[in-house]
Amino acid sequence: MSTLSERILGADAGDYVDRKVDRAYVHDGTGVLTLESWKSMGGDRFADASHLYVLFDHITPANNSTTATLQHELREFACSSFLQFSDIGNGICHQLMSEGIVLPGEIVVGADSHSCTLGAFGAFATGVGATDMAAIWLTGETWFRVPATIGVHLSGTLDGVAEAKDLALTYVGKLGMDGATYQALEFIGEGAAVLEIDDRLVLCNLAVETGAKTGIFYADTMTVKYLAARGHDVLPQVPEPCDYCRELDLDLADIVPVVAVPPRVDTIKPVRDLAGLPLDQVFVGTCTNGRYSDLARFARVVGGRKVAVRTLIVPASRAVLAEAIRTGVLADLVDAGCTIGSPGCGPCLGAHMGVIGEGEVCLSTANRNFRNRMGVGGEIYLVSVATAAASALSGEITEPEVP
Amino acid sequence: MQGAGTAVCLGSDIDTDIIIAGRYLRTKDRGIWVEHVFEDLDPMLASRMKGAVIVAGKNFGCGSSREQAAVALKEAGVVAVVAPSFARIFFRNGINVGLPLIECHLPCTAGQNIRFDLTGGWVESGRKRHPVRPLSLRMQEILRAGGLVRYWKGHR
Repeated sequence: MSTLSERILGADAGDYVDRKVDRAYVHDGTGVLTLESWKSMGGDRFADASHLYVLFDHITPANNSTTATLQHELREFACSSFLQFSDIGNGICHQLMSEGIVLPGEIVVGADSHSCTLGAFGAFATGVGATDMAAIWLTGETWFRVPATIGVHLSGTLDGVAEAKDLALTYVGKLGMDGATYQALEFIGEGAAVLEIDDRLVLCNLAVETGAKTGIFYADTMTVKYLAARGHDVLPQVPEPCDYCRELDLDLADIVPVVAVPPRVDTIKPVRDLAGLPLDQVFVGTCTNGRYSDLARFARVVGGRKVAVRTLIVPASRAVLAEAIRTGVLADLVDAGCTIGSPGCGPCLGAHMGVIGEGEVCLSTANRNFRNRMGVGGEIYLVSVATAAASALSGEITEPEVP
Repeated sequence: MQGAGTAVCLGSDIDTDIIIAGRYLRTKDRGIWVEHVFEDLDPMLASRMKGAVIVAGKNFGCGSSREQAAVALKEAGVVAVVAPSFARIFFRNGINVGLPLIECHLPCTAGQNIRFDLTGGWVESGRKRHPVRPLSLRMQEILRAGGLVRYWKGHR
């Protein structure tokens, strides 16, 4: 009897295995070094170019001519080599892979730490560095140590104002920043079954903040329906009894709005403990919380009022932006005084488009609040979308009200 | 695989943003990473990396998958990093760029001479020898080749 990671990798926890990678992706940040390493390895062809993706999202559009030149070289290479290429403005690599590309049971590797996001579909998805990725370009394979798994049992339903992000930050706080190093988090139970795909993506996205190799959900009727709407006919994965190295029980009904206090993702406090902290910027977006459901939730909380602090909203993908235009959510956000950025990672990694200054405080829906990450001398508090919206209205950290 | 260097002591949960900030990533010029390594932690640290063995607390290299963090340390002249645990992507990256990473809880005295033998499986600070967790055979092969690029060059 196996965990889902053991089943997909076809070996027991602790074993070292070489496995064919079903899909492998890089972005403009890691792709440049991947290409360099691949060339240095003597690369002159690919194991299978049709399963290799180059997705520009980190500094898009380019912030200066150095970046533009690096992107130009990688773009030319990707297109002339017939890799699957996505240019600036299409969106975040993990989001694009989640819009009907990654399928249950696949082995997916991204040259980005948040590649674990795709475990939401019952795939074994994990991040590597550029040179590991270069070897995958060359051979189509990589090695894994099959992870032991922490079973995260979810019960109940989220009610009131808490959302998947609060649940995710809560488990990061309980496990700690290295609580799951080299391990997988498997989300199971009746509480997992009722979570929407967008919620599952949030929970898997934060897995790496505990050091985990991946976060993973079993594909179920929700997954089958989501992928059917995107043209894929897939089967659910049926859980079987298995051995977890540790188990964590979380009742969704107990989850309250929380904040990750800088500079650690695992310093978790209830929003009410920090209420009143003045803000310089609110940022809504990223591979954690930049989906259509997030933009719609933000607009719903704002409800026709104006934001009191500069607020930057960056859709996770072109599809998200298009949906927000179609439904009128985008107009609501613009009318509320928000600034809309081009789909991509935005200022999350501190390179462009909304970095913060010395002494400034940013309330963000992203996944990292490391020291200086979004700008030297600035501080990042991580929250849910509803908390971001309530706080944007007041200009200070504010607990959202029960809708 | 033996080596030695001078201890530089760092804390726990050293993330890759702190090793090399996101604002310095858009270049292929390794000299820039060497110049700015650990800048946000202590701007003077970069000048002490040559011949250093970094002795850190748990979860070294957590956060982003940026390989530039491992490359910056290697190119700056870091001989090895010793820590009770490493974040897994950094661990792969370090070995892949030929930077020895040693899993061991080692008390640190700055400036002390640290010696290690990865084949023998020990690290020594002062006169005390500590056993270390051995690398997987694959990782030993990659490290012996001088990194994953040379490993694959040799296999083709």
